[in-house]
Amino acid sequence: MLRKKECVAMLLAGGQGSRLYALTSNIAKPAVSFGAKYRIIDFPLSNCINSGIDTVGVLTQYQPLVLNEYIGNGQPWDLDRTFGGVHILSPYEAKTDTSWYKGTANAIYQNIRFMKMYDPEYVLILSGDHIYKMDYDKMLQAHKAAGADCTIACMEVPLKEASRFGILNTNPDGTIYEFEEKPAQPKSNLASMGIYIFTAAKLFKYLEEDDKNPDSEKDFGKNVLPSMLKAGEKMFTYRFEGYWKDVGTISSLWEANMDLLGVVPNFELADRENEIHSRSPLAPPAFVTGEIVNSILATGGEIEGKVVNSVVGTDCVIEKGAEVIDSVLMSNITVKAGAKINYAIIDEEVTIGEKAIIGAPIEEALKVGGKCNGITVLGRGVTVKKGGKIPAGEIVDKNV
Amino acid sequence: MASTVGVIFSSINEENVPELTKVRSMGSLPFGGRYRLVDFALSNMVNSGITTVGMITKNNYQSLMDHLGTGKYWDLARKEGGLILLPPYSGETETLYKNRLEALKGATAFLKKAKQDFVVLADSDSIYKLDYSKVIDFHIKNNADITMVYHEHETKKSHYYMTFDTAKDGKITEIEINSTKGGIKKNYINVMVARRSFLLRITQEAIQHGYTSFGKDILSPGVKTYNLYGYKLDGYYASITSLNGYFDANMDMLDKDIRTEIFGGRDVYTKVNDSSPAKIAEGAIVKNSLVSDGCLIEGTVENCVLFRGVKIGKGAVVKNCIIMTDNIIGENCNLAYVISDKNSVIRDNRTLAGCEIQPYFINKGSLI
Repeated sequence: MLRKKECVAMLLAGGQGSRLYALTSNIAKPAVSFGAKYRIIDFPLSNCINSGIDTVGVLTQYQPLVLNEYIGNGQPWDLDRTFGGVHILSPYEAKTDTSWYKGTANAIYQNIRFMKMYDPEYVLILSGDHIYKMDYDKMLQAHKAAGADCTIACMEVPLKEASRFGILNTNPDGTIYEFEEKPAQPKSNLASMGIYIFTAAKLFKYLEEDDKNPDSEKDFGKNVLPSMLKAGEKMFTYRFEGYWKDVGTISSLWEANMDLLGVVPNFELADRENEIHSRSPLAPPAFVTGEIVNSILATGGEIEGKVVNSVVGTDCVIEKGAEVIDSVLMSNITVKAGAKINYAIIDEEVTIGEKAIIGAPIEEALKVGGKCNGITVLGRGVTVKKGGKIPAGEIVDKNV
Repeated sequence: MASTVGVIFSSINEENVPELTKVRSMGSLPFGGRYRLVDFALSNMVNSGITTVGMITKNNYQSLMDHLGTGKYWDLARKEGGLILLPPYSGETETLYKNRLEALKGATAFLKKAKQDFVVLADSDSIYKLDYSKVIDFHIKNNADITMVYHEHETKKSHYYMTFDTAKDGKITEIEINSTKGGIKKNYINVMVARRSFLLRITQEAIQHGYTSFGKDILSPGVKTYNLYGYKLDGYYASITSLNGYFDANMDMLDKDIRTEIFGGRDVYTKVNDSSPAKIAEGAIVKNSLVSDGCLIEGTVENCVLFRGVKIGKGAVVKNCIIMTDNIIGENCNLAYVISDKNSVIRDNRTLAGCEIQPYFINKGSLI
């Protein structure tokens, strides 16, 4: 029996995520912790399995150690399949050529043989830096119904932010006539979400052509999509409505975390349909005895201090008299007695000494501004000594 | 360590807590917010280096199977050995086993097939940490026939129990069943080590003699004929011998020292669910409680163990309660000393109370 998969997903997870600064010093952006118990990559992986797509190639390049360990055999997402499942695709040495991935299109091009193993009709291209829940199957059905060669998921964004995105200019029937990467004067507010479905044969054809073009930057947005458009291929938009957030910057990562708070949050994760799966740690329930207001927390915590409007990850210890306000704490963080944390993102395995002061209350911090908009960032493994002070907006990557 | 196979009795002593075991086996009794009782014995085995475990089941093992699955969460989904479910009615038995000896007889085929030298037998009604490999070292050193693990505490006399005395070197000198003497004694915790060949032989003999009780007919008279040794379990130990005991053992987990002793190593394994993080809303008050994933707390919670997915409505006051998975406690409810089994709904404004020595029990799936 010849076995095949109708649709194979390729997840671009190689980006450095340099705008996350200290948070991505040692790990790839998709491995960054999010929402107390998740990592960013949980979202596209869970969306895949929840959409019936069980074959996913994860393309890694930058600092893949934590990401590889986290994905493992894919079991937490039910992606440990005997045929298909999740596969880590790192750059490799070939007989004629050794090369790193030179762009999004080149990364996919280098793994054409992986995709062809499954003889797919369609290929779904995803990126590993967005927080959202989406049924890719609906998009696939739309792609098939339209007889499209390429379908690009998009959503409306505020016009003043449109110049941060790839903007799609469309005809009334939903076909795309122009693709503008981060235009200074956007003509529409329809932003590409970086989610593409290609009819596999067309994708392979254009990737092979792109590879031969020495002038190409090997990028989907800049090269492959425009050349398909130029050649007159049928390219459609697929409108997505719902929560979607690019978490490529410190402030957008902070905002996305805050979007989980509240009884009726901007982004609901408690919904058991299309649940987001993750590699759950082996910790007992959180022990809570402090003053906790409008916050979420993962397992294993020992919370005796004050926590307000915050996200607290697995195995965090917040001692009596400590305060965590408007902040995101990833996992394995100890906040000693009397320490105060305001408007900060604290990476894994950080220790905050007694009476240390991290950041400033949000109103003051916003005045400080800077590249993180006043948010204080402590990188993985940092220790702040007793009584230490980290001013608002600082990015700290080593012990202080 | 010496090659060892484990056997767990997942359906033992259920008569002690009929309310809780009506819908499940002892081993699948929920505990401590996210665990099932079987997790403790099973994790102890895995952490002792045992990779082949036979799980003796009885009639009501659906929820246990659901929990254990292939054993992957205990790293026991293996080609060689791993977790092996031993269903009732296996082997030569045509009726459901009535006692430990008959249960063990049902496991004979499994034990014969095993290649390991030693066997650890354990129940699934207790919470403790023990490295069984140390018991086996002790067993070998003393050239014992059977090593029985004990814990020193004052015996609760609500159920069948066995106590014993030992000589200085640990050799058991006298065994008593349901002793009436007071004070702290050496209580057998139903964890036993023996050579596999020895265990198979005495089980076979006992069956041929028509014996019915492993304790009364083999261990108790065995003091004279066999080399029986007692191994002391230090530290925390609780077994679920009554509803009250179940309540107390859960509440023990609110004690930082006990919690650290049992869970500090993060090596009690259990089935993983993907509930979202717990959410504590504006206006909620949470004191001295364990809060699991998926909880949404809008009211007041004090001295409680909340399992996964529990909702506590606005204005509700829940104190000294054990609220199991997916309970919904309505607005302005008032609950004290309540054990609410899974999937129950308490409508708005209800007041329910037990007391310290007699918690009020709500059946699984109730609507009140």
